[in-house]
Amino acid sequence: MTVNLTLVLVAASLLGCGVYLVLERSLSRVLVGIVMIGNGVSLSFMVAGGPAGRAPIVSKGGDTTGLTDPLPQAMVLTAIVITLATTAFVLAMAYRSWQLNGHDDVQDDIEDDIVRRLALRDVTSEAYSATTSDYPGDDSSGDPGQGPDDDPLVADAAETAEREARST
Amino acid sequence: MNALVPLPVLLPILGAGASLALLHHPRIQRWLSLTVLGSVVVVAAVLLVQADRHGPQTVWIGAWPETLGIVLVADRLAALMLLVSAVVTLAVLAYSVGQGMTEDEEGAPISVYHPTFLVLVAGVANAFLAGDLFNLFVSFEMLLFASYVLLTLGGTAARVRAGTIYVLVNLLSSTLFLISLAVTYAATGTLTLAHLAQRLAELPDHVSLMIQLLLLTTFAIKAAVFPLSLWLPDSYPTAPAPVTAVFAGLLTKVGVYAILRVQTLLFPDSPLTDLLLWAALLTMIIGILGAIAQSDIKRMLSFTLVSHIGYLILGIALDSRTGTAGTTFYVVHHITIQTALFLVLGLVERRAGSTALMRIGGLARIAPLLAVLFFVPAMNLAGIPPFSGFIGKVGLFQAAQLDSSPLAWTLVVAGAATSLLTLYAVAKTWAVVFWRTPLEAHEALEAIGTSSAEPVPGHDTGAVRVHRGHVHTAAGTVSRSDIEEARRLGDDNEPERDFHTLIEAGDDNRHAPLGMLLPAAGLVTASVLLTVVAGPLYALGDRAADDLHERTPYLSSVLTEEHP
Repeated sequence: MTVNLTLVLVAASLLGCGVYLVLERSLSRVLVGIVMIGNGVSLSFMVAGGPAGRAPIVSKGGDTTGLTDPLPQAMVLTAIVITLATTAFVLAMAYRSWQLNGHDDVQDDIEDDIVRRLALRDVTSEAYSATTSDYPGDDSSGDPGQGPDDDPLVADAAETAEREARST
Repeated sequence: MNALVPLPVLLPILGAGASLALLHHPRIQRWLSLTVLGSVVVVAAVLLVQADRHGPQTVWIGAWPETLGIVLVADRLAALMLLVSAVVTLAVLAYSVGQGMTEDEEGAPISVYHPTFLVLVAGVANAFLAGDLFNLFVSFEMLLFASYVLLTLGGTAARVRAGTIYVLVNLLSSTLFLISLAVTYAATGTLTLAHLAQRLAELPDHVSLMIQLLLLTTFAIKAAVFPLSLWLPDSYPTAPAPVTAVFAGLLTKVGVYAILRVQTLLFPDSPLTDLLLWAALLTMIIGILGAIAQSDIKRMLSFTLVSHIGYLILGIALDSRTGTAGTTFYVVHHITIQTALFLVLGLVERRAGSTALMRIGGLARIAPLLAVLFFVPAMNLAGIPPFSGFIGKVGLFQAAQLDSSPLAWTLVVAGAATSLLTLYAVAKTWAVVFWRTPLEAHEALEAIGTSSAEPVPGHDTGAVRVHRGHVHTAAGTVSRSDIEEARRLGDDNEPERDFHTLIEAGDDNRHAPLGMLLPAAGLVTASVLLTVVAGPLYALGDRAADDLHERTPYLSSVLTEEHP
């Protein structure tokens, strides 16, 4: 199978630029990236379809040599339609995000962030139990950068009372 | 040729159209969707019986010459998946009708729910029946588009945030799928699965390995296999309860089904056992460790979902009949259980006003039925003996032990450990949600609020708390305000109220309507019944696995003519 090098190069550069844009934070840039990737993939289907030829329209009993393979073109058409719908949806989402937040940046996972901080704090508190109370004034473990304890799953009323007694 | 085969796709699609036309008649719309899904259940059951008795049922759509047209195939595995998904979606739809999804949901576009849900069902059915890769791609797009709409229903801030990531991840996986389709077509000149099964074997090894890896990566994103699973626990929990339930039950399993199909039909000579076993191991362990760390029940369950995908991959990776049979049984079990759990969780959320562990407590006395409904599938998920989870895990461990490589034995140990950790995660959740009193929960929450009132930076005067042998410091002001702000952003419904304040205010009489309770209870009962029918079901799984590994039943039913 001979391959059209121009098509391959164009597809590759479209994909490369698309990937670069997808790595951005702003949803509209990501969208442009997605569209570029989509076009690059469509071109690669053209490569998959083999060498170009005559239009694949045959009358009954007509000559079928030298026709372009119509199947990849049908697939590309489907893919283009799907990309179009996706573009519309992502645009709507970017607009909604702008309405709600004033920007269209892809945001971090909040809950995940909370869990991560809880975990970070737990690490230091382990060390804390080993070093505190015996050495007053030693606050090597009390890292002020760490978050406070808000893990209520294990905090029952008695513990709360104990802590309040200490603090007063 | 069997005219029944396209019906599970056609009926929901036509139903979706009719349901759009009936936008202004919500009552008729509801009955229409229920009727459509009810008939899909019947059709799927008939198909399963036929496929089991007479071999795979096929239809070449539009009567095009073979391998030119599109083929739908219902073999034992596909028909079984079809039946389970139809039953589960029917239960979820009944639940959402009971919830008044189309009326109560704040800001939701009225009546869009039903057509979208039906498109989702059609997409799932099409994915199970698809006999060629491009049709599989189209069905993925159908169900994904429906899921985009369902996930961002109402367009609230939290849902748009979660939806963005979900949509982008799935867009990329679809693009990857398209690339692998282009490569496959360029290498073989066909995308029909049965045809590919013959032609891929003639390709040089490295080409077919590349195609296999491309397809596996695509499906692993859909199936949420680690390290491609990170999108899932972020995006699922924000959706309405029935939506999360159906996503958790079905969407990832479609990916698992695709992996199973591709591995057995297209690449029988290249099982990639080691790679998949590692993926299964990491998915199990990292998923369940994530579940333990969560402070929200929905997120906890999403992580267990990821973790238990590992079991399914384990069965596929072993590339043996026992392994495939184990996976088949476990898929059926897991679809039912995970959906049931999320439905019950929806009831809990309605009753207690939240799913954040810190806000709820004491539901066992107030709603004993909910406690039971949550307890049964939770124990089933963890694999406690009489339940089907135990049977499924034993089947998979047996298959791994037959394989007897060190890595397979590691998987058995990891699987058992994951099972125990699942038990720990769900038992902890159950104890907190149902056992402690709402007042305890409230006081704990209050305590957090007061401890931050007078922070003394850099000096640990007071806010030190002892529990379970750990000492926690409560110094620092920066992260506190961050966390609280995040909390407020994270749940925009009544951020300052927990279950105790709801009760105090006399606002706790939010009993779930019978229309929600019955489908959830029905699904929990069905999950228990899986134990009762485990024998015949496992035998069916065995036969399905035989079909998959022999390949001839599938190939000969699809390609009835000889092809050059």
